[in-house]
Amino acid sequence: MAMDRAMPILIVDDYKTMLRIIRNLLKQLGFENVDEATDGSMALTRLREKNYGLVISDWNMEPMTGIELLREVRADAKLKGTPFIMITAESKTENVIAAKKAGVNNYIVKPFNAATLESKLAAVFGSV
Amino acid sequence: MPAFAADDALTFRINQARAELAEPVTREEVQAVLEEVLGTLEGDITALDLKLYRELEGLARYIQTAKEEIAALQPQEISQTHLVTATDELDAVVGATEEATGEILDAVERIQTLSEGISDDDLQGKLVDQTIRVFEACNFQDITGQRISKVVKALKHIEHKVNSLVAVLGEEVARTKAQDAEAQRGPLPSDEDLLNGPQLPSDAISQDEIDRLLAEFD
Repeated sequence: MAMDRAMPILIVDDYKTMLRIIRNLLKQLGFENVDEATDGSMALTRLREKNYGLVISDWNMEPMTGIELLREVRADAKLKGTPFIMITAESKTENVIAAKKAGVNNYIVKPFNAATLESKLAAVFGSV
Repeated sequence: MPAFAADDALTFRINQARAELAEPVTREEVQAVLEEVLGTLEGDITALDLKLYRELEGLARYIQTAKEEIAALQPQEISQTHLVTATDELDAVVGATEEATGEILDAVERIQTLSEGISDDDLQGKLVDQTIRVFEACNFQDITGQRISKVVKALKHIEHKVNSLVAVLGEEVARTKAQDAEAQRGPLPSDEDLLNGPQLPSDAISQDEIDRLLAEFD
């Protein structure tokens, strides 16, 4: 999968602070075309309105969680190929397994750093 | 009757009484007495019923004592004051750290923008590295927020349980509370009463209000 730094990225988190952190770290990695959503249902609406090259989502949100968003994305014929990275504090083995089974491309545990984000992007898209 | 004859009779009776006292009462004799007593009772009360009533009475006494002891712990105060205060304080911690993190991010984003105008690539690179470190460090706000939310959830669960206990104990708690309120009534707050730490924003008075209050003493 080729990496395009100009691709639109959707970041999803109910903590505005975390949205700012992810946005800024992506900016440092050269990704500036970033949109935000504060829960799964808002993200799903955005995804159906615009073509995104990547979704980076938190897990624990209301009313729609990150794993529910992932399942919706994978069940949608138009969206199912969108790369999806989960960034979450949920660090139990069963969470990782559930996310993988639901079709996640990579999984980052909070707190994370720029190097981890960069390496996971590289793992999904090839060299960043 | 001559004096010595009376003494003999008395001595005989005393000895007889001593002998009876020394001889233990047999189980059969006790059973016979009990059966006789039970036989005089009216209705259908049996020995088993009586045993059951005794057990129930003991249980009731035990429950009453437990209720009084629990009421003395003032569960109403725990649920209505301590737990509520704890959850409010934790919510305030989340709010304050979120606000402070926002301020830090504002400043770092500004530094980031300023660094883009620096012509020295080496210095610009070093500044970018440091801003990244600050962004990474600000992760803490999300993690601590989630951890505190878990604690708040646990406290609310305890509060619910304590409220249920208070509802069951009703009368005892009300009595204890009234006695306690009477005991606590005093003319001035003690030094200990004045040690409350930082106030929640909704309870705190502003610096302007403090200045105004102090001015009233002049």
